[in-house]
Amino acid sequence: MKVIKNNTVVNDAWQLVDDGAELPAGDVIVSLGRWQQERDALLARDGQVGVALTGDQDPAALADDLDQLPLIGLLFPKFTDGRNYSSARLLRERFGYKGELRALGNVLRDQLFYMQRCGIDAFALAEGRDADAALQSLRDFSKVYQDTGDSATPVWRLRGAV
Amino acid sequence: MYQYDNYDQTIVDERVAQFRDQTERFLAGQLADDEYRPLRLMNGLYLQRHAPMLRVAIPYGLLSSDQLRMLAHIARKYDKNYGHFSTRQNIQYNWPRLEQVPDILADLASVQMHAIQTSGNCIRNVTSDHLAGVAADEIEDPRPYCEILRQWSTFHPEFSYLPRKFKIAVTGATEDRAAVAVHDIGFYMTRNDTGEVGFRVLVGGGLGRTPYIGAIIREFLPKRDLLSYSEAILRVYNRFGRRDNKYKARIKILVNALGAAEFATRVEDEWQQMDRDALTLTDAALADIKRRFTTPDYQAFDGDAPAFAAKLGEDAAFKRWVSRNTHAHKLPGYRAVSVSLKTPERPPGDATDAQMDTLADLAERYSAAEIRVTHEQNLVFADVATQDLYALWQGLDALGLAVPNIGTLTDMICCPGLDFCALANAGSIPIAADITNAFNDYDYLYDIGELKIKMSGCMNACGHHHVGHIGILGVDKKGVEFYQLTLGGSAASDAVLGDRLGPALEKERVVPVIRSLLDVYLEHRQEDERFLDTYRRIGMTPFKDRVYGAEDEIRRSA
Ligand code: SF4
Repeated sequence: MKVIKNNTVVNDAWQLVDDGAELPAGDVIVSLGRWQQERDALLARDGQVGVALTGDQDPAALADDLDQLPLIGLLFPKFTDGRNYSSARLLRERFGYKGELRALGNVLRDQLFYMQRCGIDAFALAEGRDADAALQSLRDFSKVYQDTGDSATPVWRLRGAV
Repeated sequence: MYQYDNYDQTIVDERVAQFRDQTERFLAGQLADDEYRPLRLMNGLYLQRHAPMLRVAIPYGLLSSDQLRMLAHIARKYDKNYGHFSTRQNIQYNWPRLEQVPDILADLASVQMHAIQTSGNCIRNVTSDHLAGVAADEIEDPRPYCEILRQWSTFHPEFSYLPRKFKIAVTGATEDRAAVAVHDIGFYMTRNDTGEVGFRVLVGGGLGRTPYIGAIIREFLPKRDLLSYSEAILRVYNRFGRRDNKYKARIKILVNALGAAEFATRVEDEWQQMDRDALTLTDAALADIKRRFTTPDYQAFDGDAPAFAAKLGEDAAFKRWVSRNTHAHKLPGYRAVSVSLKTPERPPGDATDAQMDTLADLAERYSAAEIRVTHEQNLVFADVATQDLYALWQGLDALGLAVPNIGTLTDMICCPGLDFCALANAGSIPIAADITNAFNDYDYLYDIGELKIKMSGCMNACGHHHVGHIGILGVDKKGVEFYQLTLGGSAASDAVLGDRLGPALEKERVVPVIRSLLDVYLEHRQEDERFLDTYRRIGMTPFKDRVYGAEDEIRRSA
């Protein structure tokens, strides 16, 4: 899968696997349902396992599994569906998830800045999108107003009032 | 007036660059229509009936004279020499060219302005009381809290793709002059038992297709928790608000589906679990924001200027304007002045570039170089010394802006309607013109007294028709413009939705019917009851009978 990670474009071995499909060898991302049903078998495999959440799935469902998951995918069926921005923040800030949060689906360059600020750190751009061009959008703003648990310092702290 | 620091300026400048790039990519065909659409909407840019419409943010309705001059400049350079002030305390331009919008934004940024989040499914421009900071009935000036909310909501990464638009209003006064009860979140400043100032929190108000007066979900929220609690509300909405049907996507639908009590419980749960410390408004952070608001250089007067009293005695037209268009100020010797944008010459809420320029000059001379925009689509000079009122009145009169009709029936709210808006079912500006022309006798207007007519060209209700004492809604019946009237609505502290008068009326009948409604009112009025009070006392029947009963008779005799 081609992804933007650490400010570069890389091609890695993760594969998003449909629910009915046979598991290929290597690193796989499966649905929450499949993970809950086949957890032991998935963990016994050679490759790594990640779980992809849809916007209507509660990230709390993974709260006890976080140590076993090097990657959690967040699915954006349409770029205008903003539910997984909240899920990203909950995973990072409430549940303390330290692994990779990967945006999947209709992931477009003009939303990357927001995603990054919510704690998403890998972006699998939608088919046919120019990942190099998209890198620029991660730097759209040098200053931000909110404390959202990413590494950016909000301006009210920079102002030195606190 | 809030003054940007370098950080605020940087963010606005970077926004201009970002939007320029997005627009260039769109024009070059690299960004599809439906991908560009949310991006341009988040910058207040609509593609309308004739041309794009650009909505520029006027945070909580506050403008400096330099900013107003810039709005005039934009009207002149990029538009057809006028702008339209809206019920959201913003200004809209109806004729800019898409490829010029980035330049307009750059011009705006040069005077600390922008068009950020004036549309789109995100947190919109925060609105407030147009008498903030000068009203005598104020617990505390709400504007610093509006500014704090503005900054917090600007490009909030979690809440930029909400199910639907989201509007927040704040008032610090006991009388609601900002229609707070019809916002997605309304904050009313209040005191608790120990005298501490905080907020009473309302959610789920809104007009449009399914109008609701909001529900109070918290009686007292300490000031320090303003942002964390807002974030909890928004998170519950972002996660659980409906996204399958845009007409059911506002927070009001969620609040109503769950019930206000259950919604409040969910917010409370979220709030208890979240990292509130990071969002706590410290005394130092609040003081820092307050410090960056300039305060007018007030003089200490004992009371009204003697020259002012003398002019009141000499000039009846001046006196009439003073009694109608000026409001009490918290300081002796000062008044707040409403500049009516409901004149016979122009559609409600419109001002020309020349008017804006001169208004900026007048504000510098007479009102601390500030102007406010009201949700009723007028302007306010909030800090005028009584000794200057006569000169100001003359200046306004020369502009055609001393119309003494504030609060009367010709001081209507009116959306752009069919003349400009792509969504409209019917014209609203022509109806406003009919009403203005028909009711031009001031003695009659003053006898009728306070009467709020609010008019929308379609059920999206930008003209707040549901909460008009008389509401007028444009509907389309097989390609013909009809008007549905409602009675008894209010957006003030006694907020309530109006009741339907009866079947929609043909265009020609709107003015005669309003006249009949007023006849019924005058026949039944007790003492100094307002139209609204009489309606509440006697109910719909007498009004309905007069309008539709008469119609039946006409039909029978025909
Ligand atoms: S109420 Fe309807 S016609 Fe009027 S401005 Fe809003 S969308 Fe347009």
